[in-house]
Amino acid sequence: MAKIPNEELIKAIADKFDTSVTVVGEPYELLTVETGRETIIDLLTFLKTDPALKFIFLTDITGIHYPEQEKPIGVIYHLHSLTTNTRIRIKVFLADADVHIPTATALWDGANWMERETYDLFGVLFDGHPDLRRILNVDDMTAFPMRKEFPLEDPNRVDKKDFYFGR
Amino acid sequence: MQNHPVYTDNDPQSELSTLNLGPTHPATHGVFQNVLQLDGERIVSGVSTIGYIHRAFEKIAEHRPFYQITPLTDRLNYCSSPINNMGWHMTVEKLLNIQTPKRVDYLRVIVMELARIADHIICNGVLGVDTGAFTGFLYMMEHREAIYEIYEEVCGSRLTTNIGRIGGFERNFNSRAFDKLRAFLKNFPKTLKEFESLFNRNRIFVDRTRDVAAVSAETALSYSWTGPLLRAAGVDYDVRAMNPYSSYEDFEFEVPVGDNGDVYSRFLVRNEEMWQSLRIIEQALAKLDKEPSDIFHADVPEFYLPPKEEVYNNMEALIYHFKIVMGEIPTPKTEVYHSVEGANGELGFYLVNDGGRSPYRLHFRRPSFINYQMYAPMSRGMLLSDAIINMSSLNVIAGELDA
Repeated sequence: MAKIPNEELIKAIADKFDTSVTVVGEPYELLTVETGRETIIDLLTFLKTDPALKFIFLTDITGIHYPEQEKPIGVIYHLHSLTTNTRIRIKVFLADADVHIPTATALWDGANWMERETYDLFGVLFDGHPDLRRILNVDDMTAFPMRKEFPLEDPNRVDKKDFYFGR
Repeated sequence: MQNHPVYTDNDPQSELSTLNLGPTHPATHGVFQNVLQLDGERIVSGVSTIGYIHRAFEKIAEHRPFYQITPLTDRLNYCSSPINNMGWHMTVEKLLNIQTPKRVDYLRVIVMELARIADHIICNGVLGVDTGAFTGFLYMMEHREAIYEIYEEVCGSRLTTNIGRIGGFERNFNSRAFDKLRAFLKNFPKTLKEFESLFNRNRIFVDRTRDVAAVSAETALSYSWTGPLLRAAGVDYDVRAMNPYSSYEDFEFEVPVGDNGDVYSRFLVRNEEMWQSLRIIEQALAKLDKEPSDIFHADVPEFYLPPKEEVYNNMEALIYHFKIVMGEIPTPKTEVYHSVEGANGELGFYLVNDGGRSPYRLHFRRPSFINYQMYAPMSRGMLLSDAIINMSSLNVIAGELDA
């Protein structure tokens, strides 16, 4: 089957979700939509189970941090409909004080580690996740290293200081 | 260890024994730790711990210009670095709307398919070693060395290759590279055939691998498996065929699929993929004859570093050199997802750009990371010796697992 045109995809989503899902853009023909955490699981379930769309494949879950935004922490889902070869990107933004979002592990088993990685790097709390622990970093780490305020290197280290040239 | 399910369950009266498989264990071929609960030889439950070689590549990438991220991608799947390099170049080219000449595409296809063969040689060879047959591995390794020598001619290095630049290659392929490539195409099929006759109908090997760790297509899809593992489970998803990049649409090749996703069908799928890769390389060589032999990069002076002689003798080249190095060339403020068929599955690059010299955010969709998460759940009820074979046929590369 051929790729679903983005207009059809937008219409199918708008019919079902009205204004709770907004279209952000179509960079490089990949439809990007934004929604809130109240609708994210409904949206994912709809995209996965709808007989015409069948976005059965979860390509990726990851996060992003925009410190200057009102809702700085983003969670980004990439879905892929293998039968129609269509991709879609879904974004959910969360407030810094309340980084809770429902888990997608009930829909895809593969979401487990992807969400753990997002938690580990960005501190997003996936409610209902069966095993939300750090995955790449050590368990007793307190910071979330992919947030923008976390420095790449310890600014206090002295071993790389050069007497003449500074750092 | 807080909240660690296995450590809190260490009841001395229990009949079960706990085994630390890894982090350094000769049978795991890398730093993977699995804490297993064993009932005799049978695995009752397991917990995977990963992250032993986490190097924060995504964080480092936010502080580096685009062209300096290529060496980071080398160190993801270091058994097939050129695929990662090319995937990264193509992601940036997609972001910048750079069209590469056909000759560059075909040269890239050659390098990528060589990398796929090198990776599958290791995986299938090691699978043989883990089932007790060292010979096949020994025979095949000779040809991985031949592939590495081709890399050496192309880029000067062997394992972490850093082949190519954004827009093409840093230099043209020399004649020795093509000579070695032709020699490889002549010699390798014989060995591969021999390798197949050693294993494919070998009673011991088949008994050890058939129906071990069988995975249904539904489970594989639910766990987001890609690559040879998904295809062994019977789903014909191959990025090269579905979303052709680098002119893969010009080539004829089959996408082999297995029937029940067990270790044996993964082995067969990988073997068949090597044959298909050889086919693709031969077609690419034939196509290269029709292309002008002096083109090895796209004409994008804003992003492709000029040769040093020109920098010193030519004003435009000096200006471009300066602008590229200082990162003064504007890039589009947008986001892009590009994926290539890595040796282990869909290797994706999600790049969010804010117009600066380095990515605002770069995420690698690493197939090993996503494939490996089924390992502990699927080991339940398995014999320990089968779990070892299962791990080698998953072909998890530690660098790609931990990023």
